[in-house]
Amino acid sequence: MTAATADLRARVLAYAERRLPALTRLRRAEPLPTRLDRRRIYVLPTGFGLMFGVLLFVMLVGALNYGNNAAVLLTCVLGGAAGASLFVGFRGMSGLVLARVQADEAHAGESVSVRLRFEPGARARAGLRLRHREVDAAFALPADSPADVSIAFDETQRGWQRIGRVRVWTDYPLGLFRIWSWLNPDVEFLVYPALERPAPPLPSGAGRIGEQAAAGASDEHAGLRDYRPSDATRLIAWKASVRHDSLLVRDIEHRSGEALTLDHAALRGMDGEARIRRLAAWVVDAEAARRTYTLRLPAESIGPGLGAEHQRACLRALALMPGHAGTT
Amino acid sequence: MNERLDTRQFERVAAAVAATVATHVDHLPLWFWLPLAFALALRTWMRRRGMTAPSAWIRIPLTALLLVLVVVSYGNVFGKIPGSTLACGLLALKLLETERMRDARIALGFCAFVLMSALLFTQTLLFSLAVGGVLVLLLATLVSLQPASLPGRRGLRADVRVALLLLGSSLPLAVAAFVLLPRLDTPMWGSRGGDGSGRSGLSETMSPGQFAQLMLDDTPAFRVVFAGATPLPSALYFRTLVLTDFDGTTWTRQLESGFGPRQIPATGPIVDYAVTLETTERRWLPALDLPLSAPEGARMNADQILVSASPVMQPRRYEVRSAAQAHASTTLGSIERARALRLPGGYGTQARALGRRWREELRDDDRIVQVALGMFRESFTYTLEPPLLARDSVDDFLFETRRGFCEHYASAFVFLMRAAGMPARVVTGYQGGWASSGYLLVRQSDAHAWAEVWKDGVGWLRVDPTAAVSPTRVELGAAAANLRTDWIGAEWLRDLRNQFDFASRLWTDSIVRFDTLRQRGLLTEFGVADVSRHNLLLWLSGLLAFTMLAATAWAMRGMRERHGDALDRLWAGFGVRLARLGIAPRAHEGPLDLRERVRGDAPELARELDPLIDDYVALRYGSVRPAHDDVARLAARLRALSLRKTDRKS
Repeated sequence: MTAATADLRARVLAYAERRLPALTRLRRAEPLPTRLDRRRIYVLPTGFGLMFGVLLFVMLVGALNYGNNAAVLLTCVLGGAAGASLFVGFRGMSGLVLARVQADEAHAGESVSVRLRFEPGARARAGLRLRHREVDAAFALPADSPADVSIAFDETQRGWQRIGRVRVWTDYPLGLFRIWSWLNPDVEFLVYPALERPAPPLPSGAGRIGEQAAAGASDEHAGLRDYRPSDATRLIAWKASVRHDSLLVRDIEHRSGEALTLDHAALRGMDGEARIRRLAAWVVDAEAARRTYTLRLPAESIGPGLGAEHQRACLRALALMPGHAGTT
Repeated sequence: MNERLDTRQFERVAAAVAATVATHVDHLPLWFWLPLAFALALRTWMRRRGMTAPSAWIRIPLTALLLVLVVVSYGNVFGKIPGSTLACGLLALKLLETERMRDARIALGFCAFVLMSALLFTQTLLFSLAVGGVLVLLLATLVSLQPASLPGRRGLRADVRVALLLLGSSLPLAVAAFVLLPRLDTPMWGSRGGDGSGRSGLSETMSPGQFAQLMLDDTPAFRVVFAGATPLPSALYFRTLVLTDFDGTTWTRQLESGFGPRQIPATGPIVDYAVTLETTERRWLPALDLPLSAPEGARMNADQILVSASPVMQPRRYEVRSAAQAHASTTLGSIERARALRLPGGYGTQARALGRRWREELRDDDRIVQVALGMFRESFTYTLEPPLLARDSVDDFLFETRRGFCEHYASAFVFLMRAAGMPARVVTGYQGGWASSGYLLVRQSDAHAWAEVWKDGVGWLRVDPTAAVSPTRVELGAAAANLRTDWIGAEWLRDLRNQFDFASRLWTDSIVRFDTLRQRGLLTEFGVADVSRHNLLLWLSGLLAFTMLAATAWAMRGMRERHGDALDRLWAGFGVRLARLGIAPRAHEGPLDLRERVRGDAPELARELDPLIDDYVALRYGSVRPAHDDVARLAARLRALSLRKTDRKS
């Protein structure tokens, strides 16, 4: 689709939404679960469907003209099957429930993966498709087995975001009719700020709490302890484990290096979003370097701390920093 | 939406295209369909190897070549055969360029069209069934173009199931539309005939040996339903053509023989029957020896054969009355007599001499006939594979080879009779048939030729010289006489074939021969008196609308969720009734809250309602699963409660 037609289409859609609120009413964000019913399922023939209709007409005229009853019957049966396909397709859509929307953690500017949980009910549904921002995903749901459908898209803004309108559609079973419905789940997910890359090295902190511990850092066993089943696999120190014949994990309670303070106020001279990006990058870097850090923002101070929870809290606070880009 | 096809999908499309083209193979020339099949196979193989579609540099010249080939070999691109050749070629070319979903769908849509056009060539039951099978394949292929199939349902079988479901659910509407669609009595363009592509069947001439091919053709020629008992096999002579003129090699009919009598007086037992004639593209209507009058739309000519007003382009049904012992006339005009005695010069000198000798020695006509038949019986052999005859076929057959079948005997016998001074003529038609399931099936292989000899004061008499040579031919039918027992002989196979023929007859009777006349008859039975085109279309629209409504109801069925058990539904239903009074139960309200509100809003109602609400509470919260009887009792009491607006104080 060229830019011009895309633009025209967007304008027409905007006009339709302004002038025909009844049609677009269902596109407003609504709480989950959303059940597709006849009031929000739309049907139109596809291009192929229109062609097929013309073809059927030509076949019928030809068959009648030659007085060939077998051909008339064939055309009638084919036409009937085409008609029946509309209702089969409609049944595949009606009663479908969007139960849940979940998003993975993601930073602005990266691809966000969102999982939509669909419940098919007692009917098996094949040939369903999801269209979100010009990206299609196809899925099929056996009866009584809800499943997640993932869609990925680029999100440029940090903060609370909605996935916006999603079109569920199908042209099952014959591709003659397009049956669609709009979903606009009232679900927000958090997008962390973008990370500044390459980021400058972590600032040298003011505190020196970790000095003594750092002295023992030459010991290869420092910061390692035996594996416990509850430990995350990413904490396993594989190299050390190999040498010791047992699984060792890095002790996340063990604080290495000096304590860091990542201070929003210290980054004078940068604009707001740039500061947030750098702080976010530092948070991630500090976590990777396993250094205890404190995030100091104008409104709050988080930490000192280390670990996934702490990182999440810091990134969340950064994501929700007031900005001028329309984030909340 | 326009994804690239995967290998599985592509091969399904290729198979569907191949099956569609295969329905046309019968009338496509070999030089055309063989390269076509090769191209399809090559493309499928290349595609499997990961190669993409051939470029336009290959496809466009191929398209041009196709057009040139069709125009060169047929002269134009119109008409059924050139058209179908072109369509098959274009379909194959479409597959060559098919890479994506959209192309595949267009190709399959076009397949449907090509498939339908195959029916214009033949609409026998077997072929129609095959076309139906291909239709299922087409629809299943369309289904398999869907991007996401259910796990474990990727196979062709699952797609075929969906296709069958669609076709099955379309059948009632399809049949109704088939009945109601207005039929055209005259085509808007073209003619309904073939392109003269030659249909097997009796030809208008007969030369000895010519039937050999016909006698191996097992396709039905016509079917007969007798009003009374089926006559004996030896009486089943269906006259079709009378051939009077002989040039030494070929018997031909008189081109413009005059009109015959309107009505022949009946003598002897009368047989009433209805014939359903398959398409012959000719005008002759076979009738049992001897038809007494012509059916509607036909006339009887001077030879007492029935001639239709127009060629039989559709299977046709007609009713005739025949009487075996009837004779059109007892006198023969001099011109007719001369024609029936004429012998070609330079042929059959020995036969002429034999005929003359018989006349001199025997004198009596009947005895001459008996002697001739006796000669055939004694020294001739019936065979479907006779030796080739020399130029003088009559003498060569009578005095040299002495092996042949009905044509040879009829021809030689008539020649001998004329030589002996008796007017005689050859009659071609059908003899015998399979009697089963209440009707008689006559196949092309039952084609037969016999003779008619003139007897003064009586008329034309049927004489079958073949019966003298091979009585089984007449008593047991062509199949027995021709000894084609190698495969048809198996009893069960014969039964199967006859059962199939029964189905075939049903198909021809109810579908193929359905026309304005039968439409009127059928609809009148259903009480539709006005069968004008306008009214038919009206009925059809009404039917379509009704079907749409029914299908919509079906599609919506089960849309309302069923929450909870019977008691919950009962309570919800009662809530709806209350809401009409303006006391809609609110989402946050329990039954006791509702009771309070009713007391406040409608105290009169509350007196009756209170115990009901209490009962509901006792049922709902008193036990995990309320007893069915209790729920039913509460339902009855709720129903009995009248909720009139007047009850309510506003």
